[in-house]
Amino acid sequence: MTVGLLVTCMNDALFPDTGRAVVTLLRRLGVEVDFPAAQTCCGQPMVNTGYLDEAVPLLRRHLEAFAGYEAVVVPSGSCAGSVRHQHRLVAERSGDPGLVRAVEQAAPVYELSEYLVDVLGVVDVGAYFPHRVTYHPTCHSLRMLGVGDRPTRLLQAVRGLRLVELPAATECCGFGGTFAVKNSETSIAMGADKARHVRESGAEVLVAGDNSCLTHIGGLLSRERSGVRVMHLAEVLAATEPVIEEAPREADRTSAGSAALTAGGAR
Amino acid sequence: MSATFLGTPAFPTAARAALADTQLRRNLAHATGTIRAKRAAVVGEVDEWERLRLAGAALKDRTLRHLDTYLVQLEESLTRAGATVHWARDAAEANRIVVDIARVHGTDEVVKVKSMATAEIGLNEALEAAGIHAWETDLAELIVQLGEDLPSHILVPAIHRNRSEVREIFLREMGRHGKAAPRDLTDTPAELAAAARAHLREKFLRAKVAVSGANFAVAETGTLAVVESEGNGRMCLTLPEVLVSVVGIEKLVPTWADLDVFLQLLPRSSTGERMNPYTSMWTGVTPGDGPQEVHVVLLDNGRTDVLADEVGRQALRCIRCSACLNVCPVYERTGGHSYGSVYPGPIGAILTPMLRGVGHDTQLDSLPYASSLCGACFEVCPVRIDIPEVLVHLRTKVVDAHRGEPKVQNLAMKAASWALSDARRTAAAEKVSGAVGRVLRGTKRRAPGGRGVLGALPGPAAAWSDARDVPVPAPESFRAWWARTDGGRRGNGGAK
Ligand code: SF4
Repeated sequence: MTVGLLVTCMNDALFPDTGRAVVTLLRRLGVEVDFPAAQTCCGQPMVNTGYLDEAVPLLRRHLEAFAGYEAVVVPSGSCAGSVRHQHRLVAERSGDPGLVRAVEQAAPVYELSEYLVDVLGVVDVGAYFPHRVTYHPTCHSLRMLGVGDRPTRLLQAVRGLRLVELPAATECCGFGGTFAVKNSETSIAMGADKARHVRESGAEVLVAGDNSCLTHIGGLLSRERSGVRVMHLAEVLAATEPVIEEAPREADRTSAGSAALTAGGAR
Repeated sequence: MSATFLGTPAFPTAARAALADTQLRRNLAHATGTIRAKRAAVVGEVDEWERLRLAGAALKDRTLRHLDTYLVQLEESLTRAGATVHWARDAAEANRIVVDIARVHGTDEVVKVKSMATAEIGLNEALEAAGIHAWETDLAELIVQLGEDLPSHILVPAIHRNRSEVREIFLREMGRHGKAAPRDLTDTPAELAAAARAHLREKFLRAKVAVSGANFAVAETGTLAVVESEGNGRMCLTLPEVLVSVVGIEKLVPTWADLDVFLQLLPRSSTGERMNPYTSMWTGVTPGDGPQEVHVVLLDNGRTDVLADEVGRQALRCIRCSACLNVCPVYERTGGHSYGSVYPGPIGAILTPMLRGVGHDTQLDSLPYASSLCGACFEVCPVRIDIPEVLVHLRTKVVDAHRGEPKVQNLAMKAASWALSDARRTAAAEKVSGAVGRVLRGTKRRAPGGRGVLGALPGPAAAWSDARDVPVPAPESFRAWWARTDGGRRGNGGAK
């Protein structure tokens, strides 16, 4: 079966590695992935800021781009949530009953971990990632979608990966879209606490299913020279054991810049 | 002796001051953290919690749908039980009614049970202006009142104060308004409570008129209910000769049996207790027992406007438990005063602008944006108010009220909508960001893991980059990579 990849506007421009990781991962699992080139943005930034009229043309574009696919996969909890819960609102605003119908009939959209666990029925995706990792459940994947323990089950099945607990994990990181700049001081105050919890976890890599939240937390972690890296769940799940020709030396296994940290074949 | 929320700046500005207040941050983090854990524990005990929430929401929805009928029924029941019913369209009318009742009885003071409705209408200030002292008798309200301070929480209005501050306020102020605090008062909770008890006791015993709100009003029987923890409410509701209750018209429940659901939902959500210590109920006048003159002021003050809003009307289900405040990560850091209203936190961010109207005041219009839309409030709300949904809805109303104005945000969103409604235009924009990415490829600053990042940037980018590094844009967009490599099938499939 062929799934349409909704890469998201943010990943498209800023984090193409995440998109490539989804492609690598799904192909490895025998899924044919297509990237409908007509796609742009699901419209979430407009809807969440109150610009419903501005989201209407984006919704039309989205529906056209993904017409005919059986399923759509998106490496973002918040974009999946927007498609599922906000597109109808945008369609109603347009006053076009055809658009409302098109939203109702659109193919189901799955956040990556939902697609892997619920549709493909896999938990062990054959990944290898020998690092100490902690996982931040982003608010929209946690509360809007209810992905539950799917992401952590996927992570626990990754070979070499050690999953450590994140204190106060379910608390919002403070990103919140335009909130991050409109209320930047509050956003940063929330992010500072999240970053502190990440450091307390003792993890080397912070993983989440949304690059938007990771840009925010990662920006703080990087600014404070914390030595903690952020990575999208897809990139961890795409990583595989490098083919090693000679006997491994100690340095290769422990260096953070080693081949194992890159998503297998994607870069 | 009263402070006012008038003149509170827009949320981001008000929040800045609060964020810099170290003691406030600590007090709030501690207090909300404690009550959050208590709530989670007692809610976790109830297997049927979700069904209770659904029942609570459904009961309130049905009541609101037939509010006209139930209100008339309530008036009839109350009148039959010997109470006098007054209707108040707005704050001014409600205040006038209460002031007039106090005047008729020739009193220059009233004792008060903690009540959000009377705080909303500024009753204490109106009474004060008429030469009548309104004594708050709830401990936290007393602290706020004596400190000439503003409430910052629905349930615990002095949540921003710690006990050393409370001790200082008691020592300084109590003597000016009645029985002074003992000179050797310490900041142990038991001593502070004892000082408050002694101070309030003489007021309870002296007052002729009491003013309360109500948590619930039962249409079928004309019964009002007040739920509280300290017993001060019970004193006010039973000792004085005259009792005036100001009740928002959304406080109705149709039947006595409906209280069953709400008296389970409220204490667990509110104080994190299985049941609150004092639940007082009264039905009009009972000869020889309690107040012999009972008034009920039914208050609209914007509620029918909220009811007219199809998305926003769910806010009228609110039972003022304050669970949404306690769990809100924004409230925890900014405190209640930043919201500029007696209703702070998530419920305040939707209720205040709806009660007062959207689109005409920058402070009110900033409230729906005072949220990261994390959804924690919806998760805990005992009557399932989808606060994030209403926030987004109100943002739409704010934007619609200012459409066509040459605001930076309007122009930016229009431009983004234009660029993102066509894939070729999106690709062109990404080419520009890709070129920037290639130029900045050699940047020295690296995030952990090796990606190039930029530090603090000038101009409008400062709001983001003041504290957060900015990732250098990817030299090649995903779209361009897919086209160049046929989705990784051509060439080596690698990134540029
Ligand atoms: S909105 Fe819900 S959680 Fe918040 S105070 Fe009202 S009832 Fe409680």
